[in-house]
Amino acid sequence: MAKVHISTTVNGQPMDVLVEPNDSLLDTLRDGLGLTGTKEGCATGDCGACSVMLDGRLVCSCLVLGAEAEGKTIDTIEGVADGDGLHVIQQKFLEHAALQCGICTPGFIVAAKALLEKNPNPDETTIRYWLAGNLCRCTGYDKIVRAVQDAADELASPA
Amino acid sequence: MAEAVDLKAIGTRPVRPDGVEKVTGRANFGADLNLPGMLHGKILRSPHAHARIKSVDLSEALAVDGVLAAVAGEDIPGGGDLGDNVLAKEKVLYHGHAVAAVAARSAFIAEQALEKIKVEYEPLKPVLSIDDAIAAGATLVNESLHTNGDTSQPASNIAAITKFERGDVEKGLSDADVVVEGTYRVPTAHQGYIEPHACTATINEEGKATVWCCTQGQFDVRSMTANCLNKQVSDIRVIPSEIGGGFGGKTTIYLEPIAVKLSELSGRPVKMVMSREEVFRATGPTSATLCRVKVGAKSDGTITAATAWLAYEAGAFAGAPVGPGCMSVLAPYDLENFRIEGHDVLVNKPKVAAYRAPGAPQSMHAMECALDELARKLDMDPLDLRLKNAADEGTVAPYGPQFPAIGLRACLEAAKVHPNYTTPPAEGQGRGVAVGFWFNIGMQSSAEIRIAENGAVTIMEGSPDIGGSRASMCLMAAETLGIPYENINAHVGDTEATGYCNTTGGSRTTFATGMAVIEACEDIIAQCKERAALTWELDVDQVDWEDGQAVPKPGVNADVKPLSLADIARSAGRTGGPLLGRASLNAQGPGASFSVNWTDVEVDHETGKVDVKAFTAVQDAGRAIHPSYVEGQMQGGAVQGLGWALNEEYIYDADGVMENAGFLDYRVPVTSDMPMIDTQIVEVPNPSHPYGVRGVGETPIVAPLAATSNAVRDALGFRINDLPLSPPRVLASIDEND
Repeated sequence: MAKVHISTTVNGQPMDVLVEPNDSLLDTLRDGLGLTGTKEGCATGDCGACSVMLDGRLVCSCLVLGAEAEGKTIDTIEGVADGDGLHVIQQKFLEHAALQCGICTPGFIVAAKALLEKNPNPDETTIRYWLAGNLCRCTGYDKIVRAVQDAADELASPA
Repeated sequence: MAEAVDLKAIGTRPVRPDGVEKVTGRANFGADLNLPGMLHGKILRSPHAHARIKSVDLSEALAVDGVLAAVAGEDIPGGGDLGDNVLAKEKVLYHGHAVAAVAARSAFIAEQALEKIKVEYEPLKPVLSIDDAIAAGATLVNESLHTNGDTSQPASNIAAITKFERGDVEKGLSDADVVVEGTYRVPTAHQGYIEPHACTATINEEGKATVWCCTQGQFDVRSMTANCLNKQVSDIRVIPSEIGGGFGGKTTIYLEPIAVKLSELSGRPVKMVMSREEVFRATGPTSATLCRVKVGAKSDGTITAATAWLAYEAGAFAGAPVGPGCMSVLAPYDLENFRIEGHDVLVNKPKVAAYRAPGAPQSMHAMECALDELARKLDMDPLDLRLKNAADEGTVAPYGPQFPAIGLRACLEAAKVHPNYTTPPAEGQGRGVAVGFWFNIGMQSSAEIRIAENGAVTIMEGSPDIGGSRASMCLMAAETLGIPYENINAHVGDTEATGYCNTTGGSRTTFATGMAVIEACEDIIAQCKERAALTWELDVDQVDWEDGQAVPKPGVNADVKPLSLADIARSAGRTGGPLLGRASLNAQGPGASFSVNWTDVEVDHETGKVDVKAFTAVQDAGRAIHPSYVEGQMQGGAVQGLGWALNEEYIYDADGVMENAGFLDYRVPVTSDMPMIDTQIVEVPNPSHPYGVRGVGETPIVAPLAATSNAVRDALGFRINDLPLSPPRVLASIDEND
């Protein structure tokens, strides 16, 4: 199979990459671009470990073809912290011990950031339903929900 | 032992040392390693649950462009049952059993090449349940297996029968005012770690292999891989990556010997990553069980006798966790009369692996449900019934040892006055209570403490960090050395970078490896005192270590300034060389752990769906080193237990093919399914640990199964004995009881 040439923007940087026609966007990010912060837990869109933003929309990158990234904008976990330090959500995940093994954490942080950009003041139920596409087997979700609540509070009233 | 009030670092909640790497995506997990020239390995798996392998022909697969190596059963010559599970030999024993593997330039080419492997099978009747396996004339999973190795008896699917007995059970039961009994089934459940198994292996021309993999125990991977390949442990270096969950399921191996062999044949590094479907079909899970229990008590609640007949599915090879199932089933109680009998039963399903408190959730589900029925018959509060019979310091446990200080009574008493318990469940909801228990283990650990020129401390130890243990190592080191937590980092070494450590399992890491870290810190302190004595021209016994610095002992006449760790490290070259502390030990006295859980549920009578409205976990941690991660263990275990109680199960068709091998259909709890999980940490210090630590990781999954069953019983007014309490089962039971 001939590879397909893709021009895309990843975390604000223009990127060119050759992809197999059957590569998922997850494969492209991990194997083509070396961005292994996005994780594969299932490859069937059930676990959310591969969550990324595609043109500002939260998607499972395992359900998108790499070739579909042509001309699109992709934001991954590697782009969440800006040059000045961690994003508030990342900081709150650390302070609340909202990760144990950490494999689901990139996906949760990308998904939580998408939530707070859309709805800066979500209640617990909204957080729980928004994050229902991200599986965590370690934490029981309690500390993740609290970290997101705390991040929302801090973003709403910066110190 | 240090009193809590004296502790400065222990009990605080700092950010974990590996945290930033994990929230930024930098942390490298099992599948994240790529090497130049690397090939991708894929496995051909059995389409039958039980069949004889007549022939395997790899030639056409090897002829595929881009394929560089292929292996079948004979390429994994050692390892016994483990080797036979890694690649099947004469028979395939479950659907998904690995049969052959190829390595190719891409994963896609490797997958296509698998279709070119020709395997001839002679299908056999599969054995798919305990009832089938133990029936007279059952098909044998393993024709040369005899119960307890007794070859004077015919071959059997029962690999072992284990018995524990005390007192006179029949008299105990006849003395009882009330007797309850019941049969309870718990389904096969998977650990469900989000990271599939992954490894990369390379081997050089001298036969020295290096394996990178996600594992709970790099030293076990080394010995197991060596055994499978008839190599020496010194031929293999295992480098553990970060691990994306394990829960016991990553204490064994599946891929590593295959990857090493494919690397040997191809001369290239080989990476192997399982799909989620492979994880479900061929790794883990834990045993489905059949438990019959009977309990008798006087009208005041004193238990007079109890019996438990337990059968656990081992999968295709002997080794179900029925031993710990037997040993835990009555462990919380002080009993004069009991009889426990456990059966390790082979079936044509995947070989079971450890899963968090292996064996205890199933047997204790049965017993804790029976005790709930007993409390109802006696019209007693379920906590009072347990308090009446609770094991305590000095009680001889049903499995033999005498308990030292334990926290069961403290947990029960904390539960009784907890506002979540004193407040009755809301209208329409049911409440269920259960007790949890796990032994915990100690075993071998090593640790080194290295001091940099600026006094920064590096801990090197060998316990893969599965849930924040590096933070607890740093806290215990900060406490012992008397220096700030921020000056310390902890690393998990590979098999050549650190001393031997047993696998992260049995809730042993903070206890045993922690103990090694504490002793290594004490070694550093002893060395610092010597260096200070040398500097000050004093005797070493004239020097104290206080708040992270060497000081002359009170009354010693020396006009000197205290020497900090940094001071001593800076001039270490002049006082004897770099500071390096070390300890290795075989930790004794891990300290049994007990919990009390209760949950309030609501049952939808239209759909059969059970909603968990509230859940509270009380557990004795001995001493919580990092309370947030202790709570995290309690919350995570609770939700795994709730998932098992409410939805999770392996569903097989009549041919032994798992029908729900994916996260869509094997439904683990998601965020929107769960309430907040309230926790209360009880601290009854473990007398065997310098800071009182007990393992905390496994106990949390034990009680939720029965707590949920008992809550649904309370909500419905009748009991459903079998798990999971999934909507179809609950709805059918509601219809039957209408």
